[in-house]
Amino acid sequence: MSAVLTIEELRSGLAWRKNLDKAFVVVGLLILMSCLGLLALLFLDLVRDGASRFGWDFLTQFPSRKAERAGILSAWVGTSMIMLVTALVALPVGVAAAIYLEEYAPKNWFTGVIEINVTNLAGVPSIVYGLLALGLFVYKFGFGQSVLSAGLTLALLILPIIIVGTREALRAVPKAIREAAYGLGATRWEVTKDHVLPYSTGGILTGLILGLSRAIGETAPIITIGALSFIAFLPNSPISGTFPFVNFEWLKSEFTAMPIQIFNWVSRPDQAFQQNAAAAAAILLGMTLAMNAIAIWIRYRFRKKINW
Amino acid sequence: MNTNVVHKAETPKLSIAMEERKALRANPAKAIAEKLDFWYGSNHALKNINLVIPENQVTALIGPSGCGKSTFLRCFNRMHDLQADTRYAGSIMLHPENVNLVGKDVDPIEVRMRIGMVFQKPNPFPKTVFENVAYGLRLRGFSNRTDLAERVEKALRGAAIWDEVKDRLNDSALALSGGQMQRLCIARALATEPEILLFDEPTSALDPIATASIEELITELRQRVTILIVTHNMQQAARVSDFTAFMYLGELVEVDATSKIFTNPSKKATEDYITGRYG
Repeated sequence: MSAVLTIEELRSGLAWRKNLDKAFVVVGLLILMSCLGLLALLFLDLVRDGASRFGWDFLTQFPSRKAERAGILSAWVGTSMIMLVTALVALPVGVAAAIYLEEYAPKNWFTGVIEINVTNLAGVPSIVYGLLALGLFVYKFGFGQSVLSAGLTLALLILPIIIVGTREALRAVPKAIREAAYGLGATRWEVTKDHVLPYSTGGILTGLILGLSRAIGETAPIITIGALSFIAFLPNSPISGTFPFVNFEWLKSEFTAMPIQIFNWVSRPDQAFQQNAAAAAAILLGMTLAMNAIAIWIRYRFRKKINW
Repeated sequence: MNTNVVHKAETPKLSIAMEERKALRANPAKAIAEKLDFWYGSNHALKNINLVIPENQVTALIGPSGCGKSTFLRCFNRMHDLQADTRYAGSIMLHPENVNLVGKDVDPIEVRMRIGMVFQKPNPFPKTVFENVAYGLRLRGFSNRTDLAERVEKALRGAAIWDEVKDRLNDSALALSGGQMQRLCIARALATEPEILLFDEPTSALDPIATASIEELITELRQRVTILIVTHNMQQAARVSDFTAFMYLGELVEVDATSKIFTNPSKKATEDYITGRYG
């Protein structure tokens, strides 16, 4: 016999190695389940605590001194408007930056430094963005404690997420496709606009939504720039019945947001406000999960359409 | 690199074999590479290449892996310009205007607009069949719907795929089979009526039946367009080409009429390669 092991040795050794394989599956599943379980537990706890407050009134009422009459209308409207500004600013800037870095920038030390810093920006504490925004947007540019300032701040915060996500998406477009377009005589911009961008839309939108779901829960930077915790009015509607039908007054409006409202309620001694906080937190968590679900759906849709 | 030294002694100096001379009298040159050198960074990938590409004929480039045949092919449409740190020297003159395709003052995009390319792996855009073929035309400013439709049909017929796709012009090109995709890519290149069509091992990712259909197509296309094809497959070179150039270690060892190369090569290295002694 020429084999290095007898058949018995081979089998017992293999049995041991396969057991290790199974053990890893068990450990992995346990860890995964405990993570998901914790999240589910947290969510259920919030829902239970806030159960008495869920309802139409909670969504349509302004905050109030009386816990049972307080609602989150100004908070969720504020959050929605801030998210709108954030998305409208961060998407074009982030995508343009990613296109430049991925498709245009020469590979030298300068772009190397930029790349490292983009990655570093993702790790900067959010309060630092708040301080920057306070100095720059609120005072220097004179945007004040407004929806615009908050939206711009959060846009800065999620810019690295969008840049990194977009670059991944652009990189996933095969070289063969670019060569095909160049081979027909396309310029760099035509290759980008006609091919690379359309084929990576799914990945780019996924990056945007993941960025927004990070931004929606941010508290520190918008407290820093001066979000109010008690607002009993709504910003002007961006759409109106009279010409020119859109206005930008709402950008200058003072604002509050979901995390601010929750923080405010939690810090009150009255037990009834704790229930409000739990209900609002459950809704915020629901909004985040819904956004992630949309991201997954978009990715799935685009993957089905484009299969390299 | 002893072999290199041996073959260097055999490298022709712009000498055109008798057979090719005869053929060239009937078919004027479409392009002439003269003293062409090419570098990837410090890697001297092509060395003093001299080759005449006759008009409306198929010229095959053969040679072992890494001999520079694809590198040479990609000089013709300046694909190397997409990579940093690449350099050309010498010339590839395109007739009749005598434009140096690798000249520094010649815009690579202009070159690619005149010289089409079909790649190793079928690479249709994830768009409809119609939009794939129309893309080159759109880049050139064609937008009239009926004009586009006519030209797309002509190109698809030219690539012998019209009957298979005429009812699915608006379906995704990714739904086609591998052989159909490759013929679609040929149609895409044909739509803009290139002066030279480059094929970079066009059948290496295809099954034998699809390969046969592409080879048949290449034989038909030579009536209309000058073809330069890189192939790993010597039988393929023998089947489809009029002229064959054998490359080795970045040099052009021998070029002649295909029938001559495969029956009576004048260089020892060529004979060794085509008889399968290395490759």
